[in-house]
Amino acid sequence: MSEVALSHPAVEPAESPLTPESWGKLGMWIFLVGDAMGFGVLLAGYGAMRYGSADWPVPYDHLGINLTAFMTFLLICSSVTMVKGLEAVKHRNRDLAKMYLALTALGGAIFLGLQAYEWTKLIGEGLKLWGNPWGASLFGTSFFIITGFHGAHVTGGVIYLIVITFLVSRPTTEMGPGWTYNVVEITGLYWHFVDLVWIMVFTFVYLL
Amino acid sequence: MAEGHRDPNYWLIWLYLFVLTVVEIAVIFMPIAKLVIVIALVALAISKASLVAMYFMHLRFERRTLGLIAVTPLFLGVLLIFLLLPDQAAVEHRTDEALRPAAVGKH
Repeated sequence: MSEVALSHPAVEPAESPLTPESWGKLGMWIFLVGDAMGFGVLLAGYGAMRYGSADWPVPYDHLGINLTAFMTFLLICSSVTMVKGLEAVKHRNRDLAKMYLALTALGGAIFLGLQAYEWTKLIGEGLKLWGNPWGASLFGTSFFIITGFHGAHVTGGVIYLIVITFLVSRPTTEMGPGWTYNVVEITGLYWHFVDLVWIMVFTFVYLL
Repeated sequence: MAEGHRDPNYWLIWLYLFVLTVVEIAVIFMPIAKLVIVIALVALAISKASLVAMYFMHLRFERRTLGLIAVTPLFLGVLLIFLLLPDQAAVEHRTDEALRPAAVGKH
């Protein structure tokens, strides 16, 4: 990268100080740090509302954790397939990379399907955005906002992954530890972040 | 920088994450004090999140400044919780009190 920067200063004026591979990676990190603050505020707000409420329902009595435990497992698996896909890009194995990236997207899609099923079931049981039969009405509000905000991230991630899978499948996309590796690594950063947030959401909204 | 390091054993990280998730679920059914459960769950969640950030997101192999940037939301989040605590502590009836039948009858 540095040689390119020296010979084409107009294209790449300077090397990113924190991530010498690319500016894009630094950009994704900064986006994720900002996004993490968004989730941090939602979870801290959840804690404050729950602590200050007299009749907050016990979450795992009503939400059920069997399905969500499986969803957690699914996201962990899709994180592994993501890094394995990145590894395959580095080792110039296009077919393997394609398969792993497609599996990652599939994992995300199944996660969304299960979340849709869970929401439908809970809405049927009376959990609404504005109230529920078990206690504090904010229980439903915070549940749908937090899991919905995370679900929106998963949706974005699945679309992102499908695009990148197509990019890697294209014969003109050069494999190996260069530009493609960098692009897939940045995709991975976003995807692992979504997994990381789910770990927090699962703990604070479902288990505690 | 990420290209220079050897790939960690990702399946091992997967196994750790899986085991920690199982422990989390086991913890909530244990007959121990609620406070201990809360502390255990928070500790487990942070260890899982760190594993994902350090190995899957390659933070371990990046420059330290990037790592410092990455942990700022955690510090700001904890700060936010402590900013919100005094407000909520001032509320007369809280979840744990409301669980006792006597407290419900009071208001």
